[in-house]
Amino acid sequence: MIKTVGLRKTFKGGVEAVKGVDISVEPGEIVGFLGPNGAGKTTTMRMLTTLLQPTSGTATVAGHDLLGDAREVRRRIGYVSQGGGINPAAPLGEELELQAMLYGLPREAAGTRVREVLARLDLTGLESRPGGALSGGQRRRFDIAFALLHRPVLLFLDEPTTGLDPQSRANLWDHIRALRAEQGVTVFLTTHYLDEADALCDRLLIIDHGRIVAEGAPAELKTGGRTLDDVFLDITGRSLREEAGV
Amino acid sequence: MLRETYLLFRHNLRATLRQKIGIVFGVIQPLVFLVLFGPIFATIGTWETLVPGLIIQLGLMSTGMAGFGVVFEKRSGVLERMRVTPASRLALLLGRVLNNAVTLIIQAVLLVAVGYAFGLRAPAAGVVAGLVLVVVLGLSLAALSYAVALTLDDQLFAPVMSTAVLPLVLLSGAFLPMSMAPGWLDALSHISPFRYVLEALRELFAGHYATGTVGVGVAVTVVFALVSVAIGTRVFNQENA
Repeated sequence: MIKTVGLRKTFKGGVEAVKGVDISVEPGEIVGFLGPNGAGKTTTMRMLTTLLQPTSGTATVAGHDLLGDAREVRRRIGYVSQGGGINPAAPLGEELELQAMLYGLPREAAGTRVREVLARLDLTGLESRPGGALSGGQRRRFDIAFALLHRPVLLFLDEPTTGLDPQSRANLWDHIRALRAEQGVTVFLTTHYLDEADALCDRLLIIDHGRIVAEGAPAELKTGGRTLDDVFLDITGRSLREEAGV
Repeated sequence: MLRETYLLFRHNLRATLRQKIGIVFGVIQPLVFLVLFGPIFATIGTWETLVPGLIIQLGLMSTGMAGFGVVFEKRSGVLERMRVTPASRLALLLGRVLNNAVTLIIQAVLLVAVGYAFGLRAPAAGVVAGLVLVVVLGLSLAALSYAVALTLDDQLFAPVMSTAVLPLVLLSGAFLPMSMAPGWLDALSHISPFRYVLEALRELFAGHYATGTVGVGVAVTVVFALVSVAIGTRVFNQENA
């Protein structure tokens, strides 16, 4: 579902955010992409979702070449960014319908699909409200609703549960598991919550200083009775990182 | 691409119409000039000279500041959400600028209507032709405004644009024809495309259609529109937009 070879991103000014990353994700997997602040998680995800042009390397995402066929990649993926994309002023039902039609759905089918997705994410009845009138958990579920309208085969979630209360987090985990179980959706997510990565993901990739430094199933990584927190700190060190935003 | 443009235009227009008061507020400053400065100007000039100038002022202030909308969409993540859809970047731009152009036309019609109440006597054909020119100008200004908004730091958009708009209004000859200006100022104003558009607009409001001034104004407006939309699309395509 995702195959990258030597994916690299150097920003203007010479900051090398991602230094040749090789990633392989199989269909139906839930893969956690972990790393300290500034390690290159979001930059990698933005490249894989066509929002950033890689400096070098190759990638195939959802069966299409990332560089040569970006529009086809966009048709097949869903993306929920770290900050979300909720308009606080507009009724979200209208925004969802527009988004569905931008993916090519005819008006009637878009309306039907919006109702389906809202029902799936327990959001029915909230579609006439503007984003500013919703709780954090509801806004995050709406973010996921936007990403699911066109039935993507691959879903990218950038820190999907940051700032949510434990109930909303658990609810979101259930939805993510159900997407994989019922529709076979592949999920590639970043998170700072290692309990979340442990509970939700089949496999973890740990990135640091722009390079993948560890990879494996949570159980494989937790050797010698260590917790995932111990493993993460052993691999990435204990020094504080600057918020590089990459 | 046409379908995507239409969908985005309709969506943005709906949002604009939800805040009708915003359309009125956008036209208040030119209306104040019309009501409080117009009667004084009418003692030395004509309403057919002043009203086109106020339309240019309106265009620069209304569509020139259109980028505010995209600053907000950028901050809230709405723009990025749309950029991961397969919609073309040109459609993402055109859907927005067409809405801005329609808003400008509504405001310009309001301004012209009040102008008629004060003594403007432009022929209907000239007004209609002038408004067509204003639509194209509105598209261009909105496209450039979006390009500036996506290029600059969010905090800089308002100060930069509000600083740029006033000299552009004055250099266009909106309040007094540049033929009255000293040579250096007259020469400087020729750099601004708005001078040519305004001179064409004044000719049309005076009922003169097949003149060199109108021809130059139309040509400048069309070229300005093509360049502005090309710049806007390029910026929408940029990875950090």
